Amino acid sequence: MAFQVPIATSRSSTGIPTSRLAVWWVLASEIVIFGGLIMSYLMFRLHHESWSYEAAKTDPWAGGFNTFVLLTSSLFVVLAHHAAENNDTKKSFRYIWYTIGGGGVFMMVKIYEYSSKIMHDYTMFKSVFWSFYYTATGLHGFHVLCGMVIMAIIAQDVKKGKNLHRVEAIGIYWHFVDVIWIFLFPLLYIAK
Amino acid sequence: MSEAAEHQEHHEAHGAGRYVKIWIILLVLLGVSVIGPLAEIKWLTLITAFGIALVKAGMVCAYFMHLNIEKKLAWYILFATLLLLLVFFTGIAPDVMKPEGQNWESLYVEPTQTDVEGHGYGDGHAEKAH
Repeated sequence: MAFQVPIATSRSSTGIPTSRLAVWWVLASEIVIFGGLIMSYLMFRLHHESWSYEAAKTDPWAGGFNTFVLLTSSLFVVLAHHAAENNDTKKSFRYIWYTIGGGGVFMMVKIYEYSSKIMHDYTMFKSVFWSFYYTATGLHGFHVLCGMVIMAIIAQDVKKGKNLHRVEAIGIYWHFVDVIWIFLFPLLYIAK
Repeated sequence: MSEAAEHQEHHEAHGAGRYVKIWIILLVLLGVSVIGPLAEIKWLTLITAFGIALVKAGMVCAYFMHLNIEKKLAWYILFATLLLLLVFFTGIAPDVMKPEGQNWESLYVEPTQTDVEGHGYGDGHAEKAH
């Protein structure tokens, strides 16, 4: 029996392709997760002046460099989407791997940051600020890692010219991860 | 909007050169958001760090995620969750940010800069001596 594409994958009753609509729903749940975390952070940060002394211990240059890396990886993934739309699978494959590389650099910088902070005794249990710092950046880093793994799987399909619509879907997810970092950066690294 | 016009709009919104231009603008904004707060002026920090973060996020959402040409349904889904967050914030914020009640005593003492520098306040919840 020949393989048939599931109806849910091919239909588009809302005018939005199902895969893209599914990603919007995923992002809606992510907004609640990250938004709740950021809102809670804001409430405490605005009320406790002492948190500014602790925020001064984070490294804005490392955070700024990571913002640059994520913005650049966002460019790569949107170019991968553009190439996939033009059926240029080789270019799309290449840009997806550039994006994964960007995610890798981001994670390396995070490892450097974590290790240098822990060495100076700024652990997750030192204070509520550091609990927020590690929880927010750790959860974000986990999303970066998940995005990298999913992209590596999608890249294999793209190489064979299959399921090119998935490039857009993972791209939207990756941009969202970028947007979260755009807010975490000033909150944790810039506001002293 | 006709299907052909929609396709044309979609095509115009997708251009490699256009994406690179947006990326360059985002990097310039990033530079401003890093340099601005170095002046240590509160209002300037608010504008350069947080104001620009909003602009950057808006640009990524509009042009990279293509929300500017996406169907309204996607907007409704995302804004519904943002509204939920607003309800969450307004419901909890008074309790967290205005703890000066008359019928109870707050045991929390705000650590000083010396406490923070000296690593001497443990879990960040210094308590008054009784």
